[in-house]
Amino acid sequence: MVISKKPLHFIVALLVSVLPMISSANNSDSTTVHKEVAHAETEGHHTEESKDLKTEIKEYIDHHLLDSYDFHLFSWEDDSKVAHHIGFPLPVILIDNGVQFFMSSKFHHGETVAESNGNFYKLYHGKIYKTDAEGTITYDAEHHVTNAKPTIDLSITKNVFMMLVVSVLMFLLFSGLAKSYAKNGGIAKGAGRFFEPIILYIRDDIAIPNIGHKNYKKYMSYLLTIFFFIWFLNMFGLTPLGVNVTGNIAITAGLALLTYLITTFTANRNYWGHIFWMPGVPTPMKIILAPIELLGTFIKPFSLMIRLYANIVAGHVVLMSIIGLMFIFKNWLGSSLSFFLAFALSLLEILVAALQAYIFTMLSALYFGAANEEHHHEDAHH
Amino acid sequence: MEKLIEQFSLGLFFWMLVIFVGLIFLLKKFAWKPILDAVNEREEGIRNALLSAENAKKEMLNLQSSNEKLVAEARAERDAMMKEAREIKEKMINDAKSEAQAQGEKMIAQAKAAIESEKNAAMAELKNQVSTLSLEIAEKVLKSELSNTEAQSKLVERMLGDAKLN
Repeated sequence: MVISKKPLHFIVALLVSVLPMISSANNSDSTTVHKEVAHAETEGHHTEESKDLKTEIKEYIDHHLLDSYDFHLFSWEDDSKVAHHIGFPLPVILIDNGVQFFMSSKFHHGETVAESNGNFYKLYHGKIYKTDAEGTITYDAEHHVTNAKPTIDLSITKNVFMMLVVSVLMFLLFSGLAKSYAKNGGIAKGAGRFFEPIILYIRDDIAIPNIGHKNYKKYMSYLLTIFFFIWFLNMFGLTPLGVNVTGNIAITAGLALLTYLITTFTANRNYWGHIFWMPGVPTPMKIILAPIELLGTFIKPFSLMIRLYANIVAGHVVLMSIIGLMFIFKNWLGSSLSFFLAFALSLLEILVAALQAYIFTMLSALYFGAANEEHHHEDAHH
Repeated sequence: MEKLIEQFSLGLFFWMLVIFVGLIFLLKKFAWKPILDAVNEREEGIRNALLSAENAKKEMLNLQSSNEKLVAEARAERDAMMKEAREIKEKMINDAKSEAQAQGEKMIAQAKAAIESEKNAAMAELKNQVSTLSLEIAEKVLKSELSNTEAQSKLVERMLGDAKLN
């Protein structure tokens, strides 16, 4: 390490002292607020200003975590309070009285009503609602929007766009790697060769030990694709592009569903035998175990879905809260501390990005292995 | 949980499945299969190379041991040849020696026989001479006796005595 021992201890001590603030960074009436209020009062500012900043940061984080209809990079307000948004629009595809296709720039970030073939749509809190020509939004007693939503929404949202980007990147990277073998007589060349050890690792340390030599080949494509897909999307989530694809429940649900379907449709007799008629236990137990085991097959992919989602969302929330703290502290100690904390956490998140991809792949391989286990379990009993 | 379900976007789910499944099949055809095949081929090549190196090593060892055997055989043959040669030499020398001895003995025997016959001849000659001399002496004695009887008999006596000494 470049840092000498003494400052390192100092930093660690500071990090520990600031920990309570991080854990409650999302809470509106936390110690941070009290501190901040006191801080603001001593400096002679109005309390409301800091509260506004806090809600603004909270909204920004919430907004960041969600999918979006345009690719928004950043925005600012000029002196005359006019909002400028930097980014680019993405296509909106709605199946609602026929196919409605228009660019999301028509919404003007929720400020105007978008018209398409006589249908009116308005963007309200990141969601598309059907409205009248004036864009009236109606609420019920709990302040929920009562406007109808489009029947089917197949828009190319920010997350879909990022998935496409990652897919193209992966395709170029790995097809390039594949071609380089033929050109160089079996030796990888180009950017793809950095991933060759990872491909080999997935084959030798994930697929073969968990699935076995006989059956591992048919799962390799899925395992490799899912690993790099999750990893790359996680890494893109850490860039300032501000995408949170793997922290979206629909994405993790889709990935987990595929693992479940592959496990179910490639399972052998032995696997189903263990679920519905567990060998080696008395008959009443077999009857009790069957529903539990059957439920287990659903819980496994469900845990995959929640694990990836929760890890990525938690990472993003904590990281962005700490970055937000920089603007709340507005003094050299707190802000620089937040900066170092955010920096350390970013490094941790890079590890988490790879780790979660690894865990998802590893557990998928484990489930595939269980689905392909040969009939040697009973022999062990004798 | 309610928030999660609210967040769940069917459109995103649909696109995710389409993109991801498409990606799996595309990558399978254009990336994973060629990559894994190439890697397998390379590993197979390495394994084969190692195996053949091992075989070559074994062959070398075999060759070395057979070389040693050959050398040993050659050495043994040489030793045998040398031994044989030595034996032949011994035998030749012995033969030559015994022949020479036999020859020498034969020659000696011949020489001895020759000497014997010469001696016999010489003895015979000597006897002849002696008898001639004796006759002459006898003649002379007889002549002197005839002149002086006493002196003649004394001479005869002395001469006879000399002859006996001879």
